[in-house]
Amino acid sequence: MQEFLQQLVGGLAIGGIFASLALALVLIYNAMGLVNFAQGEMAMLATFVAYALVSQGMSYWIAFPVTLVLAFAGGIGVQRLVIKPVERAPILTLVIITLGLATLVNGLAGFIWGYVPRSFPSPFSSESVDLVGVFVSYRDLGVIAVSGIVLLAVYLLLQRTTVGLTLRAAAHHPEASRLLGVHVSWMLALGWGLASAVGAVSGIMVAPILLLEPNMMQSIIIYAFAAAVLGGIESPPGAVVGGLIVGVTINLAGAYLPFVGGDLQLAVGLAIIIGVLILKPNGLFGRAAVRRV
Amino acid sequence: MNLQRIRMAPPRYWLVGVVVLFLIGFPTVISSFLASEWAQALILAIAIMGLNILVGYSGQLSLGHGAFMALGAYISAILAHHYKVDYLLTIPIAGLATGLVGFLFGIPALRLSPLYLALATFALAVVTPSLIKRPAGLTGGVQGIGVVQPDPPGAVSNIFSTITGTAMTSDQWIYYVSLFCALVLFWVAWNIVRHRPGRAMRAIRDGEVAAAASGVNVRGFKTLAFGLSAFYGGVAGSLYGLSTGFVSPDTFPVSLSIQLLVGAVVGGLASIPGPLAGAIFAYFLPIESSQWVPNQSWIPAQIAATVKNAGPAVSYGVILIVIMIFAPNGLVGLARSGYSLLNRRLRGATDRETGQMPPDPQTV
Repeated sequence: MQEFLQQLVGGLAIGGIFASLALALVLIYNAMGLVNFAQGEMAMLATFVAYALVSQGMSYWIAFPVTLVLAFAGGIGVQRLVIKPVERAPILTLVIITLGLATLVNGLAGFIWGYVPRSFPSPFSSESVDLVGVFVSYRDLGVIAVSGIVLLAVYLLLQRTTVGLTLRAAAHHPEASRLLGVHVSWMLALGWGLASAVGAVSGIMVAPILLLEPNMMQSIIIYAFAAAVLGGIESPPGAVVGGLIVGVTINLAGAYLPFVGGDLQLAVGLAIIIGVLILKPNGLFGRAAVRRV
Repeated sequence: MNLQRIRMAPPRYWLVGVVVLFLIGFPTVISSFLASEWAQALILAIAIMGLNILVGYSGQLSLGHGAFMALGAYISAILAHHYKVDYLLTIPIAGLATGLVGFLFGIPALRLSPLYLALATFALAVVTPSLIKRPAGLTGGVQGIGVVQPDPPGAVSNIFSTITGTAMTSDQWIYYVSLFCALVLFWVAWNIVRHRPGRAMRAIRDGEVAAAASGVNVRGFKTLAFGLSAFYGGVAGSLYGLSTGFVSPDTFPVSLSIQLLVGAVVGGLASIPGPLAGAIFAYFLPIESSQWVPNQSWIPAQIAATVKNAGPAVSYGVILIVIMIFAPNGLVGLARSGYSLLNRRLRGATDRETGQMPPDPQTV
C-alpha cells in the first residue's frame, strides 16, 4: 500500500508536467483549431535557454522567470513569422508547418548544444520527507507545487482578467471580436506566447528527471497529446485532469504491469490516445463536435 | 496508327520515357555503391507514393508511415530468416499483409478528424521502435534481423556484364528489383488516380459532404486509400530491409516518417512525378550535407561535425515551412507553373485572344 501511494504521488508529479504541456496544446487549439506538433520542441529549446542562463551563473529562481519571458516572446515571434502567413490555410498545411517547426527547432538545439545529455539543476532536493507514512521526495512535491501555481495562474489570467476575456473572445468568435475592436491576429500571437511559456515550464520541470538533450520532449509530447485528448482537447481543466490521470496511469502501469515495464510506457500513452479517440473522441470535458454542412 | 499515337503524345509522355530509360541505364555507368544509394531513393519514392495517395489524393494526413514500412520490412525479414522463404517472394506478401493492416487501421481512422488522425499516427510513429523491440524472439529485439542480399540471377547478370564489362553486384541487382517495383507501382498509382477511385478520393478530399451527397462511397474509398497506401509502404519497407541488409528498431525512427512527409510535400502532393522528385530530394539532402560539408577544408572540423548531425533536421524543417508557405504544390507545382508560364510567353497572343483562364492551382 505504501509503495502504491508513493507511485501515486510520483505519478501526480509527472502528471503535473504533462498537464502543463497539454495545457499549452489546448491554448493553441482553442486559439486556432490546431494541434501544435512543435510544442514539445519549443519547450525543449526554452529549457536549453534556462540551462544556458543557469550555467552563466544566474540563480535558478531568476533564470526561471527570465526563461518564461523569453519563451513568451519566442512564441509570439514564431506565430508572427511562421504561422501568420498561413493562418487561413487548410489544416493539413498548418500541421505540416508545425512539424517542420519541430524538426527545425530540434535540429537547431542539436546544432547549438549537441546531443550529449546534460544534467539540469533542480532547486528541490531529492531527499524524501515522511508524509503520514508515505515517503515523498521534495522534488516531486516541488514539481507538483510549481505546476499547480502555473496552472492556477493561467486559469486566473483567462477567467479573471480583461486580457483573458479578450483572448477567449478572439478564439471563440473572431468575427464578432473584430467588430468590437479586438485585435484578433495579435490575440492569436498572445495565445502562442502564452502556450510557449506554459510549455516551457514543463520542459524545465522534466529536465532534472530525464537529463537535458534535444530529443528530451519526444516522449513527453506523446503523453501530453494523450492528456489533452483524454481531457477533451478544447478544455483547459480537462488538460490538467487528463495530465494527472495519464501521469498516474503510466507510473502505475510501469510499476505493476510486468508486461509494460519501463519500455512500453510510451505504448500506454499511444493506447490512451487511440482508445479515447475511438471510444469518446470529445474526451472527458469536451463538447460534442458539430459539423456544419 | 501506333506510330502516330507516339508522335502525337504530349511532351510529358516523352519526359516519362526519358526518365525511365535514364533510370534503367544509369547504374551501368555508376559505382555499385552509388547504385545502392539510388536504390534506396527509389524505395523511398515508393513509400512516398503511398503517402501521396493517402495525403495528396484522399486528404487523410498520416504522420506515421514509417510504421507501415517497419511492418513490411519485418514481415519480409521474419519470413526469410525464420521460415527460409526466398526474400524476393516475401516482397508481395509483405505488401499485401501490410496493406491489409492498413485497411483495418483505416476503419477506426474514419471516425477521426484530420487533426486527430495526424496526432494518432504521429504517436504511432514515435512508439513503433519500442513496439518492435518487445517480441525479441521474433524480431531479434534491439539487434534486429540480418537480411541476406541475393546474388543476381545468371541471365540478368550476363546481360549486365556484356554491357559494362564488370560482374553485376547484388547491390546493382537490388537496384533493378527496386526500379521494377517502383515502375509497376507508379504505373498502378497513375491508373488509379486517373480513374474512378482517384476521382472519388479527390472528391472526398475537397468536400466530404458534397462527395457523399453525389453518391461517392466515402467510407469505402477512405479505407481503400489507407489500405493502398499501406501496401506501398509495406513493399517499400520490405525492399528497404533488402537494400540495407538488416532491419532493426532504429531503422525506423520517427524521423523516417518525417522524411517521407518531407518528400511528399517537397515533390508535390497529388501528383504522380512528385514522389520521385521528392524522394530524390529527401534522400540525398542529408547524405550530401553530411558528405559534402565535412569535405570542405575551410569549414572547421567541429562545426562540420555538428552540421553532420543537425544539418538535415534544420534544413528539413526550413524547407517544409518555406515550401508550405510559398509553394504548396511542391517542385512539380513549380515546374508546372514554370512550364505554363513559358508556354504562355511563347504563344501569349493566342491565349489572350481565346481568353483561356490559367488552370486552378491544386489545393493541398
